Amino acid sequence: MANVSMTVNGRSVSGQCEDRTLLVQFIRENLGLTGTHVGCDTSQCGACVVHVDGKAVKSCTMLAAQADGSEVVTIEGLSSGGELHPVQAAFREHHGLQCGFCTPGMIMSAVDMIKRHDGQLDEKTVRQELEGNICRCTGYHNIVKAVLDAASKMGEGAKVAAE
Amino acid sequence: MYATNYHRASSVEDAVKLASANDEAKYLSGGQTLLPTMKQRLAAPSDLVDLRHVSGLKGISVSGGSIRIGAATTHAEVASSTEIASACPGLAHLAAHIGDPHVRHMGTIGGSIANNDPAADYPAGLMALNATIVTNKRSIGADDFFTGMFDTALEDGELIVAVEIKAPSKSGYAKFPNPASRYAMTGVFVAKHGDGSVRVAVTGAGSGGVFRQSDIEQALASNFSAGALDGITVDDSDLMSDIHASSAYRANLVKVMAKRAVAAAG
Repeated sequence: MANVSMTVNGRSVSGQCEDRTLLVQFIRENLGLTGTHVGCDTSQCGACVVHVDGKAVKSCTMLAAQADGSEVVTIEGLSSGGELHPVQAAFREHHGLQCGFCTPGMIMSAVDMIKRHDGQLDEKTVRQELEGNICRCTGYHNIVKAVLDAASKMGEGAKVAAE
Repeated sequence: MYATNYHRASSVEDAVKLASANDEAKYLSGGQTLLPTMKQRLAAPSDLVDLRHVSGLKGISVSGGSIRIGAATTHAEVASSTEIASACPGLAHLAAHIGDPHVRHMGTIGGSIANNDPAADYPAGLMALNATIVTNKRSIGADDFFTGMFDTALEDGELIVAVEIKAPSKSGYAKFPNPASRYAMTGVFVAKHGDGSVRVAVTGAGSGGVFRQSDIEQALASNFSAGALDGITVDDSDLMSDIHASSAYRANLVKVMAKRAVAAAG
């Protein structure tokens, strides 16, 4: 058994699990944070994407023990003070979801993508960057629109904050 | 996944010691192949030795045309390195097109070449670049390192520490990804070296894993241009044939990807 401690969404958590326990299982079953989804469980669909130490990773392809000591952010950790994160708001605004199953992973990937590209995204880049996230409902069109809109709004926000 | 015991190594020596304590132990680098394989119960190591926290296995350094990449350096780190982009743009391009962004945040160069998947990208890059693979015991040239499909010259418990490359004068990589899996159905890396020699390595196509294509190497050595390959016919007798592509189709892809790689190398 592994004793695992990490910071999840700003809160220090610890728990016991088997060494083979996946990070996504620990998040969902030990911590009860079921916003992170298990889609394919074969490292392809991206429904389980969370941020570990600031980087988007597939939590079905990482052991909880590997994340011991790390900072983890899940979909539940994005909004603050009752306000949706700009990417969440853009997904709602642009109807970037239908069944919603892939949405947590899409949003965590989009936040990571916008950060890495400093908000400078075009449609082609967004589509390429979404390679690791599969959606079977939307045809991606509104997801791409939502990511582009969020990127431009977050860019404006950063400018205002700087001024 | 069958039960396993997790260990976190703090140094190269510690990792080797932890791995040698059990016959069925495996090194765990990024885990992007090993963990899915364990989940399918196709691998069942009794112990996993995590290398992600070994600082001696990390980092990129480039000086005077010599490139050194630590074995636990991620694909994302290689892809976003401005030093690699200027010293060897073909390698930066290759790293930027492995898997997807999340996989690139975890997967490592050492893990990729130790696994030597016949459709992995890095083996072609390192073979064409005539890289030296540095382990905890010795240095191995890429031609000797990749010994066959999923097979390398590594001995039991031997750990890759770094990869060393002499910056080529030109480098380029082009792959034709399988439309579903996105693995290379054929990928070709071309490198023109300082002494004028050209090395061309092919992944995804060979029935024995990564290999060098000597006809293309010779044609490019006398004329480093895509047009120099117009008259080449690639022999398909040692190429893979499966539901995705016949060996003849892959033979043509080798030529087409080689031309694109040369065009990308400029």
